[in-house]
Amino acid sequence: MTAPIPDALTPVPEEVEARIGVVQYEEEGGFPVEHGYVWTTCASVQNGNPLFWDEDMATDLTGGPIAPPTMLSVWFRPHHWSPGRSEPAVPLQAHFDLKENLDLPEAIISSNTNTFHEPVRIGDRVRSRQILRSVSEPKTTRLGHGRFWTIDVEYLNQDDALLGVESYTAFGYRRPEEAGPTDPEEDD
Amino acid sequence: MATRLLHGDVTAGDRLPDLGHDVTATTVVLGALASRDWRPMHHDRDFAVHRNGTRDIFLNTPNQAAWFERYVTDWTGPTGRLGRMTFRMNTPVFPGDRMAFSATVTGTAVDDAGCGWVDLDVSLRVGEVVATTCVARVSLPRDADDNPWSRRGDDWRP
Repeated sequence: MTAPIPDALTPVPEEVEARIGVVQYEEEGGFPVEHGYVWTTCASVQNGNPLFWDEDMATDLTGGPIAPPTMLSVWFRPHHWSPGRSEPAVPLQAHFDLKENLDLPEAIISSNTNTFHEPVRIGDRVRSRQILRSVSEPKTTRLGHGRFWTIDVEYLNQDDALLGVESYTAFGYRRPEEAGPTDPEEDD
Repeated sequence: MATRLLHGDVTAGDRLPDLGHDVTATTVVLGALASRDWRPMHHDRDFAVHRNGTRDIFLNTPNQAAWFERYVTDWTGPTGRLGRMTFRMNTPVFPGDRMAFSATVTGTAVDDAGCGWVDLDVSLRVGEVVATTCVARVSLPRDADDNPWSRRGDDWRP
């Protein structure tokens, strides 16, 4: 059975409201930051920045080899398979929780802001935590009827220094009628 | 010798040099795997076409971020330090597309900690279509002795 579509007066469920501002899903990355991925990423976009290729320059400017700032989330993407796991792990679990709790089966990430703090260094053990910042009143867009929400993912190193924050604004929704093709950036 | 742009070299309204790149299936797959994104729409054409309804596999978001970073730091040189980037993805980028990056300086500032900032509007176009936009904030040295990478704690306010 399909849940009723929320109207403008439908409050955010209490269980969701209670999670706003609360740290969730604090976890360590599956492996230390490694140079191989840095070089592969630079190769994928032909990034010749000597900070990532010339160790002497990296030491001179930043105190040692670092990863490109935009690789922040790379250190948290789960392995495609690992021993004992039968289902693929899902990054940004707080987002998928909201889809389920609000009964909004579709979602797109409408914008994404990354803020970079301390450099991520080779060998760092990075941990992340997810914080739901806001959930909107029900809205209607060309995609359907639903709600916007914002989730911050904070990244810290082994010394508790803040490495960066990724802030995702998503729109979770129900299609107005039976689905056509899936939006290409769905949950990306 | 790598470029080392200084904050005083930049003025609002300046345009960055354009960058073009022809996207292939390898571009998409290499970018997805480099960013540890195993989802099939970034490497499996059948899945992308029949499940996502797109015409092919397409560049993933983290790899697009890496392209924007490369574009900005090609301009600044290694002393440029990214502080913040906001992305809006409008349309996917497919193999066979030619990506064209362009950017304009929208403002410059020096914060209370003495850090020099440059704000940029960056676009990734395919033909006439703006596929992705990025608002970026990057720090540049204020003089030859300044190094944004040496800023820590309260001296770094991205």
